[in-house]
Amino acid sequence: MPDHIVTAFTDELEHLSANLLRMGGLAESMIMDASRAVATFDLELARDVIKRDRSIDELEVEAERAIIRLIALRHPMAGDLRAVLGAMKLAGDIERIGDLCKNIAKRCLELNGDENRAAVKGIERMSRAVSHQLQMALDCYLRQDIEAAKTVLDMDDDIDDHYTSLFRETLTYMMEDPRQIGSNTHLIFMAKNLERIGDHATNIAKAVYYMVTGEATTGAKVESRLSGDEGEQR
Amino acid sequence: MDGNMEHFTQTKSSARADTASAPIKVDCQNIDVYYGDKQAIEDISLQIEDRSVTAFIGPSGCGKSTFLRCINRMNDTIESAKVTGKIFMDGANINDPAIDPVLLRSRVGMVFQKPNPFPKSIYDNIAYGPRIHGLASGKAEMDEVVENSLRKAGLWEEVKDRLLAPGTGLSGGQQQRLCIARAIAVSPEVILMDEPCSALDPIATAKIEELIDELRERYCIVIVTHSMQQAARVSQKTAFFHLGKLIEYGDTERIFTNPEHGRTQDYITGRFG
Repeated sequence: MPDHIVTAFTDELEHLSANLLRMGGLAESMIMDASRAVATFDLELARDVIKRDRSIDELEVEAERAIIRLIALRHPMAGDLRAVLGAMKLAGDIERIGDLCKNIAKRCLELNGDENRAAVKGIERMSRAVSHQLQMALDCYLRQDIEAAKTVLDMDDDIDDHYTSLFRETLTYMMEDPRQIGSNTHLIFMAKNLERIGDHATNIAKAVYYMVTGEATTGAKVESRLSGDEGEQR
Repeated sequence: MDGNMEHFTQTKSSARADTASAPIKVDCQNIDVYYGDKQAIEDISLQIEDRSVTAFIGPSGCGKSTFLRCINRMNDTIESAKVTGKIFMDGANINDPAIDPVLLRSRVGMVFQKPNPFPKSIYDNIAYGPRIHGLASGKAEMDEVVENSLRKAGLWEEVKDRLLAPGTGLSGGQQQRLCIARAIAVSPEVILMDEPCSALDPIATAKIEELIDELRERYCIVIVTHSMQQAARVSQKTAFFHLGKLIEYGDTERIFTNPEHGRTQDYITGRFG
């Protein structure tokens, strides 16, 4: 797409998107570090993750200011309007991801280091999948790629499955040894947080789909657009 | 869970299909306009709905004003202009030589960019049209036409005590509303507006826009504007012109959120086209 006649407008939109990608990168590293803190019982790292949430919050405030400025001063239209509205959604989703990572790190501080290894491994696996999903979602935002957005949506089912099996497994442990109920509950909440992060990554992919196509659509519509038989729908 | 695709909600049944259309007031078919050898309009077909506001947008020289002037045969007054194609209003072709352009223009009123009241009193500005068309018999009836027209144009309260003062003594925004009242006075069916607010301040502009919105209940209104915000605010349909061609025509809401053509998108987002 050609640049705006007013170059400052293009600069501001680019700055906004760079800001969101920076936020997203921070969130991605928080997911991995929070789960590493749990796996290695590294309380220092957990405290560091808690601290980093503040940077994401600050970036969100900055992004919101930029969005309000763009709407008030530039009156974005059509694709620009969708880019700005999409950015607003992204900022909110990434900020929530930061909060959820912070919550995982806080729960880590409540553990005592001898939790059931299987569940901890499960958390690690899940966080790898979730951080990969978020990375893909941010990548599809960067490249405005609706094919990639579709892949991100598909990944969410896997993450939900991860969560369900981890939940069942942990319940079994709790029934076998009631002394572990406290720490295992923390692990379940961590898994639930990761599952929620996956939902936010999915929201990002949906926002990208809207930005590119201008349509908030059904799953079926996404399918048909991607398989190339959108002609009938127009 | 939340992210599942089944949970997608669809906001529009079909994003590309524009809303069901109202009755067509003006049906333009294959219009070409030449100024001498130069072709200003190339094969434009466009249907304008009754009781709604249609906005024409596009860069300077794209033909939007020329096209607007076809609708009341104002191009007839330009020596070198030649118009081909058919324009049906309520089924009759207005380009038919049997149609009297003066009568046509009483059915299709026009408001110009610069307010152009006659150098007469406010009263006579309004009474002029009804008088020459014999639309009022007697003073009482004419008084009523003048008052009604000024009321519809939202000007009555401001001028009722000085109807005999010259129309040119009003402020710019009031003069423009006077011109709209003058257009309304002959009971037209269609009102064409060629950049009616470009010489007005934001408050006078807002008053005209409010007026346009009210007039829409009674008239078919076509407005040419350089302000895309204005097109977005006042119109239900928008047509985008470029280099004498109609590029895209559809619901205003769709044109400004999700235009179909790259050229429309480039223009309304302020990019090099």
